[in-house]
Amino acid sequence: MKKAAIIILILGIGIQFIPVPKNQTEKVSEADFLQTMEATIPIQNMIKASCYDCHSNNTNYPWYGRVRPFAWLLQQHIDEGKDELNFSTFQEYSGRMQREKIRSMISQISDGEMPLKEYLWMHPEAEMTKEEKEQLIEYLEKLNPQ
Amino acid sequence: MKTTLLTIGLALTIISCNNSKTEKRAAETTNETTAKAENTAASDQEGGKAITPIIDAYLAVKNALVNDNQEEAAKSGATLATALASLDISQFDVDKQTELQEIVEVAKNHGEHISKSEIEHQREHFEAMSQDIKDLTAIVGTDRTLYHQYCPMYNDNKGGMWLSTSEEIKNPLFGAKMMKCGKVQEIISL
Ligand code: HEC
Repeated sequence: MKKAAIIILILGIGIQFIPVPKNQTEKVSEADFLQTMEATIPIQNMIKASCYDCHSNNTNYPWYGRVRPFAWLLQQHIDEGKDELNFSTFQEYSGRMQREKIRSMISQISDGEMPLKEYLWMHPEAEMTKEEKEQLIEYLEKLNPQ
Repeated sequence: MKTTLLTIGLALTIISCNNSKTEKRAAETTNETTAKAENTAASDQEGGKAITPIIDAYLAVKNALVNDNQEEAAKSGATLATALASLDISQFDVDKQTELQEIVEVAKNHGEHISKSEIEHQREHFEAMSQDIKDLTAIVGTDRTLYHQYCPMYNDNKGGMWLSTSEEIKNPLFGAKMMKCGKVQEIISL
């Protein structure tokens, strides 16, 4: 039992040395959603707090975010999340694609699928109240990029 | 005790990561096989309208959803994505090519989602895609008469549309739950 514990400890420290890329950039993108769409400060804060960690080129890493294996899990969410929707490069989508992404955001928020549940365990600040969700959806429904 | 729990957690996370990767790879290989099948089909019917394989695959998705068949819808969604990718845009008016490119890109994205999601999510992407396919026919034309049908009850009464080859209503957005919801809104003729 003691031996096992030691092996685990060594493994646990060992994996900390496996590199994980960092999803951060200094550049403020001109194609960024919040830079280009008009939104009130509360709406901006909501989108930033609840979605930007996985759907932008700038993750605000939590304390555990660099600790393996959690870092790998987060990295996987970022890779898959950005693949689906990247707020940092939103204006690079065509108008039709922007409308589709907005449709999909509304549906994900109202179905309670986004933000991901695993993420909310560690990020209570990303959780939106029913009223906040309604405000965000109302905001998104008014957008109609051409 | 704590460490054991931690290791189990560790192992689980690693396993779950690997799993989703293999799934993705499996999905990619199926895509490739359908792509090949589709290519031979396209060369067999040379001279046929460019949009034919796209409408065929779109209707296959629709029929699968009418029959509440997730698996069949997923297969046809993948076929549709490859059919869209093989559309040669250069044969159409230059001033329409950008719009065509955008329609194809968005519709292809819908096809890919349909190929790998559960049925309610498939329906959602199918509904959104129906407008894109309709816009596509407005530029490229159609090879058969299509009925634009609409059910006002879909999506919490926000409504939803689709295209069908028959005037009779068979609802792909609800399936057996509400097969008859809908009416013809427009006829898209040759
Ligand atoms: C912890 C990371 C994480 C957070 C936070 C997060 N997402 Fe996601 N999102 C993902 C991942 C991973 C996917 C792709 C897999 C999936 O659909 O589950 C995704 C997919 C999506 C999609 C595409 C869905 C589809 O299948 O059509 C949309 C739209 C989306 N997210 C919107 C949002 C919005 C809006 C927020 C904030 C309210 C948000 N996400 C917060 C990780 C996240």
